[in-house]
Amino acid sequence: MQKSRLKRKSECEWHIEPFGDMRVPAVIFATDDLIEDMDDKVYEQVTNVAKLPGIQKASYAMPDAHWGYGFPIGGVAAFDPDEGGVISAGGVGFDISCGVRTLHTGLSRDDIERVKEPLAHELSRKIPAGMGSRGRIHLNPQEMDDMLKGGAQWAVSRGYGTPQDLQRTEEDGCMAGADPSVVSTQAKKRQKDEMGTLGSGNHYLEIQEVMEVYHAETAEVFGISPGDIVLSIHCGSRGLGHQIGTEFLKSMVLAAPGYGIKLPDRELACAPIHSEVGQQYLGAMRSAMNCAMANRQIITHLAREAFSDILPKAELDLLYDVSHNTCKLEEHDIDGTTKSVFVHRKGATRSFGPGHPDIPEIYRSTGQPVLIGGTMGTASYILCGTEQTMGLAFGSAVHGAGRKMSRRKATKQWKGRSVVDELYKRGIIIRSPSMRGVAEEAPGAYKEVSEVVDAADKAGLARKVARVEPIVCVKG
Amino acid sequence: MTKIDPEQIHTQWEHFPHEADMGIRGYGSTPAEAFEQAALALTGVITDPEHVDPSKRMEVHCEVDDPELLLVDWLNAVIYEMAIHKMLFSRFEVSIDGPRLEGELWGEPAVVGKHHPAVEVKGATYTCLRLAQEADGRWVAQCVVDV
Repeated sequence: MQKSRLKRKSECEWHIEPFGDMRVPAVIFATDDLIEDMDDKVYEQVTNVAKLPGIQKASYAMPDAHWGYGFPIGGVAAFDPDEGGVISAGGVGFDISCGVRTLHTGLSRDDIERVKEPLAHELSRKIPAGMGSRGRIHLNPQEMDDMLKGGAQWAVSRGYGTPQDLQRTEEDGCMAGADPSVVSTQAKKRQKDEMGTLGSGNHYLEIQEVMEVYHAETAEVFGISPGDIVLSIHCGSRGLGHQIGTEFLKSMVLAAPGYGIKLPDRELACAPIHSEVGQQYLGAMRSAMNCAMANRQIITHLAREAFSDILPKAELDLLYDVSHNTCKLEEHDIDGTTKSVFVHRKGATRSFGPGHPDIPEIYRSTGQPVLIGGTMGTASYILCGTEQTMGLAFGSAVHGAGRKMSRRKATKQWKGRSVVDELYKRGIIIRSPSMRGVAEEAPGAYKEVSEVVDAADKAGLARKVARVEPIVCVKG
Repeated sequence: MTKIDPEQIHTQWEHFPHEADMGIRGYGSTPAEAFEQAALALTGVITDPEHVDPSKRMEVHCEVDDPELLLVDWLNAVIYEMAIHKMLFSRFEVSIDGPRLEGELWGEPAVVGKHHPAVEVKGATYTCLRLAQEADGRWVAQCVVDV
């Protein structure tokens, strides 16, 4: 993206003043290098979002922004329902409530090193991954509805985890306002055998080592120090969320003209929040959010079983669980007035700062943990919300490295087997059902996650707390 | 109906790059044939269609009064069948009558050891969605799929 098209406000903040049908400015947070590498499609998409009815303050793009569906991936936008504000299926994405959770293990590198092979095997055996895999939990229609209403709380009530897990999950593990009656039979059918499965693409389960701590005080509150082993899970709402995204994208495209909404791009399909389609989507999307949280909770339980078989002394306590494809009703200061707005975060993590009532009491003094996934060969990061973040982009930050190379190009450049062998030499074990999948996810196909995280830190969107590196990675 | 002829397969469907996902494109002498080829390109995102035995037949029906939206509906119908039956498909037959599409799919259950599926496809999107007749008379049907 050409910098000349943007107005620089500070080292990491760039503005696009409204033009054409834009109702508000667009704001991109990034360093010079990231802006130069950013796809022009981000410019087009972030300005298109600014044209939607009821948008508040600005349309934002995070430092890891890239070409998405209507909204850029790494896009944040808030809408006031009382000003004709809309909700957009594309603004949440197909993988509703995709997110990351990180668990402590209470182990050191020495504990892991001698058993990492059998542990990798056991984790990949217990947690099905990849296309066509089935979970071991099969829900009947009543259980499906209970799960969609209860989320991780339902999972814990079924014995998959502890009440403490819920205290460390956004929304205490249960998104209020879910309405399973507006979730189609097809979506439920697609989920029937998928509870406790990881999925594919960039989803993973990783055993990681804390390599460096940047903010000792916060790291202490988070309970992490160099040399600690943690477990991270990245996945979402599986087939149910994908089907809901698919169905509502279509119904919103078809309904938009009837609501008098002119779509700058079909992918921006949306409906007024105060409309039948808008309310139905809200009820279905919130059900999918519960599905995602329940799924990560079940995977946590399965991972605990795998660890207890091999390393009985491991204690997998949850650090935090955050989603990065969501739309949530939140209170924000809009030009001096507190308003209730629907905040879309598409490929962006919530990053509430210290003192916010929506974050668990244990993290109230530091700001919420912000978990950023990297690649199987580089690093992931743990950050926290800051004092400024609420005033920047509705309390939001980056979500990951973001690709820099298409899957097609990646498979031409790398062979899956050599990626696995290369990483093995560096002490990293990869388990995946597909070597082509590994090639498509090769570390080199992604942007440097550290640049994205440094930009978020510099911009004040989140503060760097620690860097973790993979030891075992289970991929779909 | 489009047969999978190894000689022709790569000239009739292809992938095009998208930053995070994958573009699929099918060519044919009619829109229906282009739809069939686009579905082969969809399978090609996951595995080599030549390795998928077309032994089991299924049917899908779609209806929407917009030819491009019909393409997305068709691809999403194939994605749905793949997801709930854990199957892969390598042969497609489509007939289109106004807003209505009747589709037949032939394939087999996905087997990791045989197909090594690279990814699962979440859904077909409206990004780069295009159904048009090219200057040479061929129809092209394309969109980006989310993986």
